Amino acid sequence: MTALHELTVAELSKALRTRTVSSIELVLACLARIELHQQGLNAFISILREEALAEAARADARLAAGEEGAVIGVPIAHKDIFCTRGQKTTCGSRMLANFVSPYDATVVERLRAAGAVMVGKTNMDEFAMGSSNETSYFGPVRNPWDLARVPGGSSGGSAAAVAARLTPAATATDTGGSIRQPAALCGVTGLKPTYGRVSRFGMIAFASSLDQGGLITRSAEDSALLLRTMAGFDERDSTSVQLPVPDYCATLEQPLKGLKIGLLKEFFDEGLDPDSAQRIRDALEVLREQGATLKEVSLPNLPLSVPTYYVVAPAECSSNLARFDGVRYGYRCENPRDLLDLYQRSRGEGFGAEVKRRIMTGTYVLSAGYYDAYYLKAQRVRALISADFERAFHDIDVLIGPTTPTPAFEIGAKTADPVTMYLNDIYTIGANLAGLPAISVPCGLVRGLPVGLQIIGPHFSESRLFNVAHRYQLETDWHRRAPPGFA
Amino acid sequence: MEWETVIGLEIHAQLATRSKIFSGAATAYGAPPNAQTDLIDLAYPGVLPVLNGEAVRMAVKFGLAINARVMRRSIFARKNYFYPDLPKGYQISQFELPIVCGGAVDIVLEDGSSKRIEVTRAHLEEDAGKSLHEGLAGLTGVDLNRAGTPLIEIVSEPQMRSAREAVAYLKKVHTLVRYLAICDGNMQEGSFRCDANVSVRVKGTEKFGTRAEIKNLNSFRFVEKAINYEVARQIELLEGGGKVVQETRLYDSDRGETRSMRSKEEANDYRYFPDPDLLPLEIDQVYIDTVAATLPELPDQKAQRFIQEYGLSAYDAGVLTASAEFADYYEVVVRDLGGHPKLAANTVTGELAGLLNRDGLGIADIRVDAHSLAALLARVADNTISGKIAKDVLEVMWDEGAQADAIIEARGLRQITDSSAIERAIEAMMAANPGQLADYRAGKEKLFGFFVGQVMKATAGKANPAQLNELLKKKLGG
Amino acid sequence: MSLNRQDIGKIALLARLALTESEVPAYVENLSRIMDLVGELERADTSQVEPMAHPLPGQRQRLRADEVTASDQHELFQRNAPQVEAGLYLVPRVIE
Repeated sequence: MTALHELTVAELSKALRTRTVSSIELVLACLARIELHQQGLNAFISILREEALAEAARADARLAAGEEGAVIGVPIAHKDIFCTRGQKTTCGSRMLANFVSPYDATVVERLRAAGAVMVGKTNMDEFAMGSSNETSYFGPVRNPWDLARVPGGSSGGSAAAVAARLTPAATATDTGGSIRQPAALCGVTGLKPTYGRVSRFGMIAFASSLDQGGLITRSAEDSALLLRTMAGFDERDSTSVQLPVPDYCATLEQPLKGLKIGLLKEFFDEGLDPDSAQRIRDALEVLREQGATLKEVSLPNLPLSVPTYYVVAPAECSSNLARFDGVRYGYRCENPRDLLDLYQRSRGEGFGAEVKRRIMTGTYVLSAGYYDAYYLKAQRVRALISADFERAFHDIDVLIGPTTPTPAFEIGAKTADPVTMYLNDIYTIGANLAGLPAISVPCGLVRGLPVGLQIIGPHFSESRLFNVAHRYQLETDWHRRAPPGFA
Repeated sequence: MEWETVIGLEIHAQLATRSKIFSGAATAYGAPPNAQTDLIDLAYPGVLPVLNGEAVRMAVKFGLAINARVMRRSIFARKNYFYPDLPKGYQISQFELPIVCGGAVDIVLEDGSSKRIEVTRAHLEEDAGKSLHEGLAGLTGVDLNRAGTPLIEIVSEPQMRSAREAVAYLKKVHTLVRYLAICDGNMQEGSFRCDANVSVRVKGTEKFGTRAEIKNLNSFRFVEKAINYEVARQIELLEGGGKVVQETRLYDSDRGETRSMRSKEEANDYRYFPDPDLLPLEIDQVYIDTVAATLPELPDQKAQRFIQEYGLSAYDAGVLTASAEFADYYEVVVRDLGGHPKLAANTVTGELAGLLNRDGLGIADIRVDAHSLAALLARVADNTISGKIAKDVLEVMWDEGAQADAIIEARGLRQITDSSAIERAIEAMMAANPGQLADYRAGKEKLFGFFVGQVMKATAGKANPAQLNELLKKKLGG
Repeated sequence: MSLNRQDIGKIALLARLALTESEVPAYVENLSRIMDLVGELERADTSQVEPMAHPLPGQRQRLRADEVTASDQHELFQRNAPQVEAGLYLVPRVIE
């Protein structure tokens, strides 16, 4: 008999609908594990025990009434970047440490309406800025595979929580890799949908043209199931796309014969850890055995993704974070002398160093005299990178490569130099710049640490990504491995 | 040294939509503080803007009305700065690609001549909130009800050369936006305000002088006074060997002077960039044509028609068409009268306007409706009463709400048109004023007016003036 | 691309961020490092391409109907406010 925490969302969904297990039981099991591991992992900022139990009871009532929704009663954690009505939404920051949101993000609203039960809000890099979950005001999150190592970021809490089997699924956000990279480092599946696929309403903005809400789960099938509920047009988000949401589960099993896979030449560079490279090649073999063909492709402008990103993202964030001024909500400094002091100290004290660094970088690249040379230049290079992807997708169906250059590094190892930290995103940023969907699935262990395989597709090709990932997961069991001590 | 004044105006007109430009909160004036703010207006974390289609339609209407280019593609940009009435820390506006480019507004100057003032551009943006400083124990209170109200910012070319021209332009645009029903033009409430960019240069030079910007002028009178003060200030400064500083100034209406604004900070670097939360606004010809079909007869067109159809002077046509309601009122009067456009024009622009003014009323609260006025004027046209008597009757109609005929009857105001009766009155007057008669006959022609006045007095103003004139001349000639 | 203390001071003011004396050198160094990274963009030939502000091509702004859909919830919203009086958000005196 499999322990409850071992079951996937798909399995739980079935068990709930056949009334083999109740939502209350599930939620109690989650909460027990969450509380047990909170000190060790610090994956959560808020644990919502009472609310979760109340929601679970409601879900059980719906199930008893015969409702068939796939997500009713399934526990889920939300990254603390999604506004949740009546609950604290901190964004991992002192600035919002006591902020209680008066409204639900669309993502939260949809999952709630579908019957999912929110167990808590997960820890994250402050304002989603980071690749290691070390910038959170609420302390770093630890990687369940090795507590001395980072889980990745910015969705470190969500990734650690799912990897440690504290919750079967968690929402997350990805601006430069913040879903895929922690998913890779924690040995779980992370999906960043196409830009505009999931509503950004209620998702605290970091970089508006790059941010996208997505999922961290233990399988592509789980992700497909949940994305169906989360995705879709929202009139409250002008960048939300009016395209119908396919039944992602319907095409999961399609054979991969004839699938044309592109291997990104620029990804297999000297920065890539050789053992990780081997795991990737092994994974590609599995796909080839299923009938896929491999072809090397080059995206010549891709190496410029990191500098491009570190102009565009800070520029947008410097503007998005201007609303945090101590006037209408959020942190306010004590005894402001005057208006200038109110602003400067509320923001200076409320924000952490990385956030301030990015705000300053963004302010600089937008400032008079520098706008053309930096901001416009970066947006032009972004166009080049997007064009590279588009050209590549003429001849291939998906691009495959590593998610990160190395497995999880030690806490504190990369905090001395921001640029070193930024280079962790080298394989993930391109998809954000071009708005493309991408998924990371576990494909092996290197020195006991997980390695992620990244699959990138053209706009709105989530079905294809899920299909490839799912077929891979049918042939392998990396996604079933639990970190030692968390099985 | 002969100086030339150079003025450009930036007008901010609040668009009369029901809801805000990017949120579903109401825009009505006068609500309690922050009662009309939703999460988007308050810049809560996670919220996003969605564009109000009516604001777009209104901007396009304006562009068409001034014969500007309505841009098929325009972009919303963020103007970044910190101020308590700007909750996001940026204002959503349009920078490099506005929705309207070019266009022109024709103004009529006091001497009757016409001048064309070109418009550089007009764009959509959101209004900021309000700061209140009174009674808050040394703090400032922020009311964000106004934050997010749609604005159209209209930028003129610096082609005005006097405060009078600037006011004429401002009034013309004011009339236009009300004709188009895109703005209520209520300057006291702040729905229509302007900033004036003022500079001077030695007459004949091409280069513009350094300009000062006078912000937030919200009355025609203040605009004129502020500009005049500023021009004088700049000239005095330059003639004294000083330099004009490029700065923002406020008009202090109590002191009648412009003052440099205590700088909030050094020159603002607004760091404009395209707003990533809003997509490019694309407008096609079909949309433009649909909006064009809803344009009303515009002030210039209407004035032209009045000149042609009613034989009015350009001046009268201008006064009557200053508001669509006024012009409509006039046309109802003429229609009812079945003619006599000049008579109607004189009364409407003269006595009627005077009464509105006296009581501080707008056309919407007029106390004598067009049909009633037409009925009164019919009695002048058919000689029942004289024009002078009609003035008095109008005032009674206005104050007491009665109709013309009833007043004429009740007060016995019918004109005397019986020649013999008038002759008798003239004879009586001549007999009573032998001295003046002798002086008149000796050459003091001005006394004619005195004689007219005396007969009018004797007949309680009811002698038909034309007949009186004719008969008096005959009698005096003899 | 090296920035100096003055640059950092100007940027911090524009961004309304108070920096302590001891923090400044780190920001000078870090931002210079970041701008070095950014400098790599010069390598790209962007003469034939327009800046890309949105990741999906061909998207246009949707228009919303002009309807009042919000009600007065200022009491709820102001629960998060640090200082409120008579419905107004309070800040230190602003002199105009």
